[in-house]
Amino acid sequence: MTDTSSTTVAPAGRPGVSGDPVVAMQAITMEFPGVRALEDVDFRLFPGEVHALMGENGAGKSTLIKVLTGVYTATAGTTELRGERIAFSGPAEAQASGVSTVYQEVNLCPNLSVAENILLGREPRRLGSIDMGATRSRAAELLRRMGLDIDPGSILAEHPIAIQQLVAIARAVAVDAQVLILDEPTSSLDQDEVAELFRIMRHLRDEGVAILFVSHFLEQVYEIADRMTVLRNGRLVGEHLTRDLTRLQLVSAMIGRELGVLEEVERLAADAADAAEVTGGGDRAPLLEATGLGRRGSIAPFDLRIAAGEVVGLAGLLGSGRTELARLLFGADRADSGEVRVDGRVVSLRTPRSAIASGIAFCSEDRKGEGILADLSIRDNLVLAMQAARGWARPIPRRTKDELVEKWMTALDIRPKNPDALVGKLSGGNQQKVLLARWLVTRPRLLILDEPTRGIDIGAKAQIQKLVAELAAEGMAVVYISAELEEVARLAHRVVVLKDRAKVAELDGSASVDEIMALIATADGDVRTEQVAS
Amino acid sequence: MTSAQAAPTTHGPGLLERARGSRLLWPLVALVALVLANAVRNPGFVEVRLQDGHLYGSLVDILKNGAPTLLIALGMTLVIATRGIDLSVGAVAAISGAVACTTILGSADPTSPAAALKGIALALVLCLVLGLWNGFLVALLGIQPIIATLVLMTAGRGIAMLVTDGQIITVRNDFFAEIGAGFLLFPISILIALAALAAVALVTRRTALGLLIESVGINPEASRLAGLRSRTIIWTVYVFAALCAGVAGLMISSNVSAADANNAGLWIEMDAILAVVIGGSSLAGGKYSLSGTLVGALIIQTLTTTVYSMGIAPEVTLVFKAVVVIAVCLLQAPKVRERFTRRRRPPATAETTPPTRPRASDATFGTEPVAHDATAPKQKVAQS
Repeated sequence: MTDTSSTTVAPAGRPGVSGDPVVAMQAITMEFPGVRALEDVDFRLFPGEVHALMGENGAGKSTLIKVLTGVYTATAGTTELRGERIAFSGPAEAQASGVSTVYQEVNLCPNLSVAENILLGREPRRLGSIDMGATRSRAAELLRRMGLDIDPGSILAEHPIAIQQLVAIARAVAVDAQVLILDEPTSSLDQDEVAELFRIMRHLRDEGVAILFVSHFLEQVYEIADRMTVLRNGRLVGEHLTRDLTRLQLVSAMIGRELGVLEEVERLAADAADAAEVTGGGDRAPLLEATGLGRRGSIAPFDLRIAAGEVVGLAGLLGSGRTELARLLFGADRADSGEVRVDGRVVSLRTPRSAIASGIAFCSEDRKGEGILADLSIRDNLVLAMQAARGWARPIPRRTKDELVEKWMTALDIRPKNPDALVGKLSGGNQQKVLLARWLVTRPRLLILDEPTRGIDIGAKAQIQKLVAELAAEGMAVVYISAELEEVARLAHRVVVLKDRAKVAELDGSASVDEIMALIATADGDVRTEQVAS
Repeated sequence: MTSAQAAPTTHGPGLLERARGSRLLWPLVALVALVLANAVRNPGFVEVRLQDGHLYGSLVDILKNGAPTLLIALGMTLVIATRGIDLSVGAVAAISGAVACTTILGSADPTSPAAALKGIALALVLCLVLGLWNGFLVALLGIQPIIATLVLMTAGRGIAMLVTDGQIITVRNDFFAEIGAGFLLFPISILIALAALAAVALVTRRTALGLLIESVGINPEASRLAGLRSRTIIWTVYVFAALCAGVAGLMISSNVSAADANNAGLWIEMDAILAVVIGGSSLAGGKYSLSGTLVGALIIQTLTTTVYSMGIAPEVTLVFKAVVVIAVCLLQAPKVRERFTRRRRPPATAETTPPTRPRASDATFGTEPVAHDATAPKQKVAQS
C-alpha cells in the first residue's frame, strides 16, 4: 500500500488524457523551526483528473499546497509545472502561470458585482478606465461556459455563500487555469450545493483542468475523485486510484493504524460511557444546579442539574443557544437572571475567573480566537490556566512544569512532542488537545466542551471522546456540545435539546440520534416539553 | 493555519547561525556602526577619562542623556506587549518635573534634601494617579490605547503649565540635581534606568508576570477565558509606564535644575516607541524583548548625539534620524533578511536547497508577518 513507484499510472484510466503530469513535485521537504512538516514527499497531478489530497489534520496537506503555490519555499525538493522547474515567489505568480487556488473561506469583495469579482484586477480597459460593458460580457461568457446561471451584474453579497464559492471558482479559472486547487470547498455547503459544485468540477475536468481537491468528507471524495494521494505525518503514504482503495483502507492509511484499533477506541468510549451510567448521574446530589439562569438576547432562562461523573450533552442547531448556555455556566457572559449553585451553595459566576475558582473549565468552540495563544509554546499554553489561578507572583516551579507538560503531552498524545513548538503551528487536533490539557492540569470538577471535535481528524476525535468517557468515569462532570449528534448520543447520560435560544427538552442517555433529531426539527420553542426520564 | 507536524529537526544551530538569526544582531550592528562613524570623524568620541571619580566622554554623555528615553521605553515595552501604546509619557514627564520643581521652590528651605524628597514623592504620586487614569480608560472603558493616551498627551502639557504658572521654574537643590546630573563613577541617571531595567527583567522572567503579559497581548479574549486578570494586568502596565515617565521627568528637570512645561520630554514618546520597535518587539503585542529595548534606546540617543557632533544642519536633523531608523527596521524585516541570507549562500547550494523563510515570529517591524500569510484568506491588519 505504500508503493509509490515512479512509473506513470494512467490517470484513473480515463480516456483522452495524456500520460504526462502537469504538476510533478519530487522529494519535497519542508522544515519549520523545530518541525518538519513535509519529508521527502512526491506528488503528481495529471491534466483532466480530480485528485484528492488526503490525510488527517497535521498530515501536511496545506503545507504541500502552500509549497506548490509559492507561499512557502521548500527546504528541499523540486517542483515541475508542465515539465519545467518552477519556484513561485507567491500565489500571484502561481496564478499567472495557471495554478489557481480557492480557499475554504470565500475571499472576494462582497460589495462588488459578480462580474467585477470574477475579473478583479484584470478588467478589460478602454481609454484607461474599466470597460464595464466588456467586463460584464466577459464574465457572462465565463459563467455560461461553466454552466452557471448567475446574473453577472448582481452584487456578490446578495448571493448565498455557496454561489459565492462558485464565483470564486469562476474567478480562479478565468485566468485559464490549468491547475485548480480547491481547499475544503464544501465545508459550508449543503447537499444540493455540493452537487452543483461537483457538476462544475466535472465540467472543468473534462475540459482538461487538473483539479486538486482537499476535503474531510470521505463520501464526497469517493464521489468526485479519480485518484488520491495520502499523506501522514508529513510523509507520503501512497498514491492510488480511487476505485482501488476501499474506504476502510483509506482511513487506515490516513491514521496509520489498522481500523480495528479505531473501532476499539470507539467501543471503549461507548463502554466507559455505559459504565459511568451505572455509577454516575441519576439521583446523586447535583454538583451544579442552575435555576432560571438566562441572559436577554442570548438564551431564555433555563434549569439544569449536573452531577459528578455525569456527561450532559447539549444538542441543537447552530445558533440554538448551546454555546450561549455554556458561556453563562462559565461566566464568560454575565447572566441577568437566575442563580447557580455549586455543591448546594450559591456562587457568583461573574467572570471566568470566578467560575474557575468553583472548579468549572470551558473549552471554547472558537479554538483560534478564544482558545490557543498561537505565539506561545505548547508548554506555556498548557500551564496558562493553572498559572493564572496561582497568580503571577507564584510561578510554577520549572520541574513541576516539566513533569506536568511531559505527563499531559504523553497522555493526550500531543504531536510534535516538543514542548517548545509554537501552538499556532500545530494541527487543529493537537491544538484542541493542548487546550484540553490546559484545563485538565487544573483538575476541574465540571468540564464544558464546546465542539471539541470540530475540524479535527478521525483519530483525534476518537481519542477525545474516549478521554471524555474516562474522565466522567473518574467522577468529572462534563457538558458536551457537538453538532455531531452521534457523539452526543454516544457519550451523554442526558441530552439537553435547545432550539431558538431556549432549552426545549431533556432526554435520557438512551435517546437515539433520530429521537434527538426529531426534537430539534419539531420541538416548539414556546412549549417547554420536559421529557425527563429516570 | 499551517499543518506542521512531524519529528522535530535534530541539529541545533551553530553559534554563527544563531547570531544571524537573533533579533538583536542588526540593532547591535547599527549601534556599533554609529559609534564607529563618530569615532572616524572625531577620534575623541570614544575617549573616556576618569577625573575626580567621574567618567567623562561622549559615550558617557550618551548614557546620561539616554537614561530618560531608556526608562520610558522600558515602560513602553510592557505597554506595547499588551497590544497597547502610551502616547502620554512625554506629558507625564513634564508634569512630574513641574510638580517636583514647584514643590521644592515652595518649601521652607528650597535647598534642603527634605524639600527634594517631598517634591519627588509628590511628583511620583501624581504620576501614579495619571497612570491609573490611562489604565482606567484602556482597561475598564475599553477605549483604544492610542486615543485614550492621546487625551493625556494633549491635556498633560496644559496641566504642567498650570502647575508652573506658565513659567520656567528653576531650583537650586544639590540633592535634586544628583538624579539627573550626579555621578557615582557612572551617571546616576543611567544607574537608575539600568536598575529599573534589571528589576523588570527579574520580576517578569522569574515570576509568571512576563508570560501573563505576553498572553494578554497575544490574545486578550483567550487569556480572559483562561482565567487571567487581563484588565488588572493591562491597568498595571499603564501605571508602571506612567511611573517610569515620572522618574524620567525628574531626571530631565534635575539635569537642568529647571522645569519647562513646554519642552521637557517633548517627543520623547516617539523616541521610546522607536526604541521598542528597533529592539524587536512587535507593535502588534505579545512577545517583547527588554534587551532589545536597551539597545534600541542607546541607538536613538547615539543618533541624537551624532546629529549634534557631526554638525548636521538642524533643518535635516529629523530626516537624518528617520533614514537611520528606517535602515535598522528594514534590516530586521523578514523579506530583506531573506534576501541577505540568500545572497550570502553559494549559488550551487542555493539552487538545490533554497533556504527556508524566516519564522513568522521573526517579523519584528511592528506588522504581522506578511511574508508568511500572504495568501491567507483574511489579511490581518496589525492594530496599533
